Amino acid sequence: MALLIDKQKCSGCGACVEACPFEALSLADDKAQVNEACTLCGTCVDVCPEGALAVEEVTRAADDRAATSRGVWVFAEQRDGVLPEVVAELLGQGGRLAADLGVELSAVLLGHGVSGLAGELFALGAQTVYLADDPRLQYFNDDLYAEVLARLIALHGPEVLLAGATALGRSLIPRVATAAATGLTADCTGLAIDNQRRLLLQTRPAFGGNIMATIVCPLARPQMATVRPRVMKKAQRQEGASGRLVTMNLEAGLAAATQVLEMVRSLGEEVNLTAAEVVVVGGRGLGKPEGFDLVRHMAQELGGVVGATRGAVDAGWIGHAHQVGQTGRTIGPKLYIGLGVSGAVQHLVGMQSSEVIVAVNSDPNAPIFQVATYGIVGDLYSVAPAMLARLKELRG
Amino acid sequence: MKIIVCIKQVPDTAHVKLDPVTHTLKREGVASIINPFDLFALEAALRLREEAQGSIHVLSMGPPQAAEAIKEAIGYGVDEGLLLSDRAFAGADTWATTAALAAGVRMLGGADLVICGKQAVDGDTAQVGPGLAQRLGLPHVAFVKGWRECAADHLVVERQMDDGFDLVRLPLPGLMTVVREVGEPRPPSLKGKMRAKKYEVPLAGAAALGLGEAEVGLAGSFTQVVEVFAPPASGQRQMIEAPAEEAGRLVIDHLVRDQIIRLGS
Ligand SMILES: Cc1cc2nc3c(=O)[nH]c(=O)nc-3n(C[C@H](O)[C@H](O)[C@H](O)COP(=O)(O)OP(=O)(O)OC[C@H]3O[C@@H](n4cnc5c(N)ncnc54)[C@H](O)[C@@H]3O)c2cc1C
Ligand SMILES: Nc1ncnc2c1ncn2[C@@H]1O[C@H](COP(=O)(O)O)[C@@H](O)[C@H]1O
Repeated sequence: MALLIDKQKCSGCGACVEACPFEALSLADDKAQVNEACTLCGTCVDVCPEGALAVEEVTRAADDRAATSRGVWVFAEQRDGVLPEVVAELLGQGGRLAADLGVELSAVLLGHGVSGLAGELFALGAQTVYLADDPRLQYFNDDLYAEVLARLIALHGPEVLLAGATALGRSLIPRVATAAATGLTADCTGLAIDNQRRLLLQTRPAFGGNIMATIVCPLARPQMATVRPRVMKKAQRQEGASGRLVTMNLEAGLAAATQVLEMVRSLGEEVNLTAAEVVVVGGRGLGKPEGFDLVRHMAQELGGVVGATRGAVDAGWIGHAHQVGQTGRTIGPKLYIGLGVSGAVQHLVGMQSSEVIVAVNSDPNAPIFQVATYGIVGDLYSVAPAMLARLKELRG
Repeated sequence: MKIIVCIKQVPDTAHVKLDPVTHTLKREGVASIINPFDLFALEAALRLREEAQGSIHVLSMGPPQAAEAIKEAIGYGVDEGLLLSDRAFAGADTWATTAALAAGVRMLGGADLVICGKQAVDGDTAQVGPGLAQRLGLPHVAFVKGWRECAADHLVVERQMDDGFDLVRLPLPGLMTVVREVGEPRPPSLKGKMRAKKYEVPLAGAAALGLGEAEVGLAGSFTQVVEVFAPPASGQRQMIEAPAEEAGRLVIDHLVRDQIIRLGS
């Protein structure tokens, strides 16, 4: 596998060098040359005016799954009998994809004593619910859940499978994709159908959010993706809708290798940043640990939770459980407020899908203003108290 | 306990700059580092070795210069390294990566515990750990933030979830991916650094791993990148030009008007 450069055709114009997102191309003796950083993404092939570049065609073994697999599936994650919001989002997006493909939308539900959730999945648009209800599935163990899902896939052959990019989804789904011998795209923020080839176009940020990449899985099926929570539009509930329920029984020999001993919920420092509607984030601009009192106050007033940048966490002002960003949690609340946050790219990737972003920073050139819906240049210790005061005034 | 830690060499994304005109990454002079999450994996391995004795091997797939990452790991005190490197590995997705890493684990004679970082900061997929476990037929627990028990045949680990954490028994041999909370990486030791200087990193290519060209790299991948583009600029942006107090009051008015903040309950 390699990038092929036709040195006869190459005019040395450098267009490919400019276009390469990975700095894998350079000019030597007025001809393009490629180095180890090349990921064979093909960006250069498209920009070359001379048609001198090509990615060596891959000869792949025939895979007849593309011809025989049909239907869009959503993995309906549940924890303790509760469906997280992302399931409604997946069914919303899954429904649109299924309509584009002209196929059915189904949900897969695994657990114990969860059959009651099937009705909710029908209401959210699932036409079929595949259910495995068994005491051995009461707790989430990757190996057994993956085994059951892989069997269902082998049995029914869906062409698309979506799951939430939650802690559970991101742990389980890679294992399922490997068991099913198919491709998987992580943490997608955009999904669409290429109707001509019945391909799922999966778009996600990469390189710490510096670039977006669209990825396809041309041959193997199902085409699998985990989807970032709070990005897709939720399905409209259809009260009383019904559908087909297909149950699967686990055979006697199956057992999980890992064993969940205890589930511990949101205690102390554990914050459910991912599910919060409002997140108020404090950065190093707070200047001191007590600055978080102001952040907490604002979060409380807005019914939100407290987030932090790595700068603030590293300063020891607040626990790492609050960190938002590449090495913290990814959030997408309705409202994000950043106080004294510079907006380093590692922070931005974790919050830029927020619906509304308010940034307060004394430096007019802070990169956070590039993504802010409302930007305020000023001292946060003047701006934030004024915000609180106005809120109090309006609430009377 | 025999531990294998998978580490990846990545560009230091903190210093990757986006060219504002061409929207491409400027990586000139950007250093390569060990994926930050893999340093937590190394630290976890070092702590487990202190607790349970045994040995630590580091395994990496990458271009020849990834040998530097393995040498750095030697500096932290691991026992041995193995670099899987071959032109044929280029363009690997996580499926093809786990094919090579699984072969590497087998070449090392297997392990009681394989540790991966939570995710690599260049691709951010977090898929290699669980995928590798499936390839090796091992149970796994992802996003481990610590352990309560470490015995010859099992660990009891804390698994980070979105709403708290689970206590999970992981039988050995097994695999775990770790998050930051397992422990701040210690600095490399002087003795380790001395050893790293002289350490010759063992290399294995596709043939030595018993892998055909069709199983690795882009040819062995299910997924393909078809387009790379700059992130779209976000919607309407507005700077509120007013003195601080006034701006603070105004932004609340905007948020109320946009129904982002509700006044009633
Ligand atoms: C591999 C890697 C992973 C990372 N992961 C993350 C991550 O997950 N999350 C994360 O957040 N970061 C992460 N970082 C760190 C990131 O690069 C930045 O260093 C960090 O986000 C900066 O935090 P900050 O905005 O609080 O601090 P700073 O960059 O120091 O910014 C403080 C800001 O406050 C402003 N300010 C100062 N005083 C005031 C005042 N009185 N009123 C108003 N504004 C004021 C300043 O103008 C400045 O813009 C990562 C880095 C690396 C290398
Ligand atoms: N090329 C590689 N060589 C060794 N380990 C890797 C490689 N790619 C990924 N890993 C391991 O898998 C983890 C998750 O990576 P990723 O799935 O790419 O986000 C990393 O933290 C590493 O521990």
